[in-house]
Amino acid sequence: MSVDDRVKPSAGPLPYALGAFGIGLLLWGSVWGLFFAPRETFMGDVQRIMYIHVPTAWNALLALTFAFGCALLSLWQGGWRWDARLEGGLEVGVVLSTLLCMQGSIWAKPTWGVWWDWDPRLTTTAVLVFAFAGILVLRRMVEDPGRRAVWSAVATVVAFVDVPIVYFSVKWWNSLHQMQSSPATVSSAFHWPLRINAFGILFLMSGLIALRTRVAALRLRGELAPPPEPVPGPGAVPSAAAFMLALQSVPLSGQLQGGWEFVVAAYTVSAVVLLGYATSVYVRYRKERTRQALEEAGGQS
Amino acid sequence: MSGGEQVIDAPATRARKRGRWFLIGALVVAGSAFALITAGGIGKNLVYYWGPTELHAAGDKAVGATIRLGGLVAPGSLSRNSSGSGLEFDVIDRQGGRVHVHSTSVPPQMFREKIGVVVEGTMTTAGTFESNRLMVSHSNEYRIPSEDARVDVKKLMKSTNGLEPEKGKP
Repeated sequence: MSVDDRVKPSAGPLPYALGAFGIGLLLWGSVWGLFFAPRETFMGDVQRIMYIHVPTAWNALLALTFAFGCALLSLWQGGWRWDARLEGGLEVGVVLSTLLCMQGSIWAKPTWGVWWDWDPRLTTTAVLVFAFAGILVLRRMVEDPGRRAVWSAVATVVAFVDVPIVYFSVKWWNSLHQMQSSPATVSSAFHWPLRINAFGILFLMSGLIALRTRVAALRLRGELAPPPEPVPGPGAVPSAAAFMLALQSVPLSGQLQGGWEFVVAAYTVSAVVLLGYATSVYVRYRKERTRQALEEAGGQS
Repeated sequence: MSGGEQVIDAPATRARKRGRWFLIGALVVAGSAFALITAGGIGKNLVYYWGPTELHAAGDKAVGATIRLGGLVAPGSLSRNSSGSGLEFDVIDRQGGRVHVHSTSVPPQMFREKIGVVVEGTMTTAGTFESNRLMVSHSNEYRIPSEDARVDVKKLMKSTNGLEPEKGKP
């Protein structure tokens, strides 16, 4: 059978290099943002959550846009390579979108006063998470690789409609979430940590997608070559930390005092989710490689 | 290329052609869904909050119904209720609408005059909006203290969500 030869994942160090560079940038940008950038006039230290939340948002939408592109090419060209990339983009996009909601929630409590509200931006983002997580579930449930590829690609194209809606939701409708900021509405002192972290997540995300694509490609090779063997994968679900804040008498000065616990929470959650997910992808990659090696050795003897 | 490869490719080619039909179908569904949401009436029916002008326009419909009111806390209108049962302030919008609000919830620290708020509650026959849930809506501006002096009320209002019904209107 030559059909499985079309999914030939490389074993080069590129994903690790991308990931390590991304983590390095994230450390640089975050230390700058947390300890060296000035405080915001009204939001004080809590505004520092911006340096991780906004880059997560940009890259989550980018990862899902990548998945959309893969879905189009998968349907148009019909190859397995795009199916493997689709899986990589989908999963990384879902992890980033989920992380986005967690960071946003931690930021919302001290500033807006609530953890969550069903405003257009938050609602459409929740729809995004559930729609794309649903596609991942669909991929796990459909055992035939051909049907799985077509169905999940079609679902991705349809679900992608929500991505521009999430982006424009704050422009089209009244919402609790503010509109997009621009360099003109953000002090220049805040720009660099934001940019560095944006590229940090971009590189880390690219590395994760590349490695996760290899996991999918290796599994597809096994599935397409007889005998097929089901491979269990650990579904790491990040658990949200619960925080309580008793609001006492408010001075009505409009200036947010303290709130470092929220900043620490947002960065801790981000680090745990990103590094935990990276570890999970790496473990799955090693597992697939081992399984593949065993299978090939077994086939030869 | 070679005959052997074509034989192997035959089912894949068939799947490819089917995939293209699926792609066209998916794009049609996605495109119409997007058009329906953006151009159709769905957008107008999804209202997260009303501004003061819209609240007044609703008249008696707003009395007794649970609604959200959004806008800017009017400068000079904020005071603690003398009986200690909450806060009193006016919410304004760019069209000149103004609604007096009595809120019984502890506001977040960001709360002040000239900041965007979304309050949940209902309109009373007396013309006061009774609220038990107050959310602060931050603008898209982030400033270091020294630059803050430049931010005037008009600009704050401009950047506060929902206060601009349409871009470009004064």
